[in-house]
Amino acid sequence: MKNNTRSAVVTLSISVLAMIVSLKGRATTITGAGSTFVYPVLAKWAATYQKITGDQINYQSIGSGGGIHQIESKTVDFGASDMPLEHADLVKNNLVQFPIISGATVPVVHLAGVKPGQLKLTGSLLAEMYLGKITKWNDPQIAKLNRGVKLPNQAIMVVHRADGSGTTFIWTDYLSKESADWKTRVGEGTAVNWPVGVGGKGNEGVASYVKQIDGSIGYVEYAYAQQNKMIYAQVKNRAGKFVEPTMKSFRAAAAGAEWGKAKDYHLILTDAPGRASWPIAGSTFILMQKTQANPAQTREVLHFLHWAYTSGVGAAEKLDYVPIPKKAVGEIVHTWQTALKMQNGAPLEIGL
Amino acid sequence: MRPGVLLDAMFERAAWLAAWVVPITLVAILFVLWMGCRLSLQHFGAGFLTSATWDPVAQNFGALVPIYGTLVTSAIALIIAVPVSFGIALFLTELAPGFLRGPLGVAIDLLAAIPSIIFGMWGLFIFAPYFAAHFEPWLIAHVGSWPVIGGWFQGAPIGIGVFTAGFILAIMIIPFISAVMRDVFALVPPMMKESAYGMGATTWEVTSRIVLPQSRSGVIGGIFLGLGRALGETMAVTFVIGNAHELTHALFMPGATISSTLANEFTEAVGPMYTSSLIELGLILFVITFIVLGGARWILRRITSRTVGAPI
Repeated sequence: MKNNTRSAVVTLSISVLAMIVSLKGRATTITGAGSTFVYPVLAKWAATYQKITGDQINYQSIGSGGGIHQIESKTVDFGASDMPLEHADLVKNNLVQFPIISGATVPVVHLAGVKPGQLKLTGSLLAEMYLGKITKWNDPQIAKLNRGVKLPNQAIMVVHRADGSGTTFIWTDYLSKESADWKTRVGEGTAVNWPVGVGGKGNEGVASYVKQIDGSIGYVEYAYAQQNKMIYAQVKNRAGKFVEPTMKSFRAAAAGAEWGKAKDYHLILTDAPGRASWPIAGSTFILMQKTQANPAQTREVLHFLHWAYTSGVGAAEKLDYVPIPKKAVGEIVHTWQTALKMQNGAPLEIGL
Repeated sequence: MRPGVLLDAMFERAAWLAAWVVPITLVAILFVLWMGCRLSLQHFGAGFLTSATWDPVAQNFGALVPIYGTLVTSAIALIIAVPVSFGIALFLTELAPGFLRGPLGVAIDLLAAIPSIIFGMWGLFIFAPYFAAHFEPWLIAHVGSWPVIGGWFQGAPIGIGVFTAGFILAIMIIPFISAVMRDVFALVPPMMKESAYGMGATTWEVTSRIVLPQSRSGVIGGIFLGLGRALGETMAVTFVIGNAHELTHALFMPGATISSTLANEFTEAVGPMYTSSLIELGLILFVITFIVLGGARWILRRITSRTVGAPI
């Protein structure tokens, strides 16, 4: 009896071991690190992709700064950054850059009696508020755009992100494009020197401050405005139209983007052309080493990314992301074919 | 050789090693921090301590705002927590009826066991709105115009800011300070207290003339324990302080502490100078805490050498 049990245990452990070995033989583990913004959709893609192919994607959302650092030191297969890198930085670290997904940022307010989408704002007005120049909600400049909306004689309380973030980068990039004063005094970045306001940690931090402080204005990713049923504002786009933040207006902004013309895909979707385009949007960028020591592994990474561009669109939209348009995906694949090399300098066969 | 001898030698080595783990770790942390912030040390020099600029775009950093925020929130916390803790300890040891002492003591200990993030959430969702609606407008209107201290009670009535952070810190350190105070008060020889009561002393006279002088060093130790915790507290403060790099003496305005700045900005800090400046902030907090604890030791030594009799 005892002997039987023992031999059963031995057989079982051998078969388990064999299973592990065989699994290891087939499936690859792809590693990535960086942007927290892209994490929800990447996690969803990873889970689905693993079900289909068995490949495991291990993505650590440690922040864009960390992601850039990790890909520079070659400890991961890909990095993800919410802010595109400059050409010189890419050359210095021998990196290739391309967008993976886009997302929209939405101004939200807390004003008694104002309904979602009722308030109309422009980029220059937002910049003046965030500079602390327009301090009251009944300021004539705001009132002029919002006839029929009852604006209180109340102080504007500005809410911004306390942590560095891609959302802040998109927001400050937009304000820099709309206001020369903002560009010279504050500038753009994942973290900036805010002239006024309180800082919340993460989208949820900004959302909870805006919900709590009467007369406040903040900016969050679209998903947070949507899920928390916040009072979002309409914003005037480059064509001079006031647009509401909807998937349709985001898609319009993404469709107008000329990715192919931007060097290193260094393009931010703020102030996009087109009558229906939402003006405050941006993208997360994937960073990879140009010279790849392990072609088989690189192929797996690219296959996953290509799958995400094509079959992952539905999952991304469900999570309120804006997918990269088909035309741009073709251009990105072309970039892979030309930019990625093996260690001996020969082009890397992608096999797509 | 008897096995006991070998075991004894091994035990001695192990104890020796265990004791050295702490100083070695301390030196290693200092070394890593110093290595990490060499860039900003070289670039900003001593000006880092006096500059109130925090501009990640221009890569220009100064630590004055977080240092100021750390010291002010901790000071507010002590100003509120010390008298309250003293009252709690006194009540538990001298005044409370026997059946209350146990449950009350346990309640205070439980307060110490609540994770700090819970205090942060409570502060943000419960205390801040209530404070903003009922206390801040009144304080700003009435106390805000007073000379000298009026400037402290100004700002936007939003419930989030330096004062709220200090208040939450106070609640967090009360259990630590009061637990230590209660224990040292309880250690005062009953004979001395009863002698004083026998001579007709009131409770206050017994406390101020017998209990406090006898337990002074313990009380100060407890206060510094609380201060050490207040200086380094991160999550609760990050929730309610408002995280703004603005130098203002108005306590109702948002501010930042060293630890809240680190918690917020470290993960997404882009560029070597930004990271280096944040690490230097960490080093500064390390030094501040070190000075505070060193100061506490120094005061304790002075008191014990002057006090006649057996101090506790």
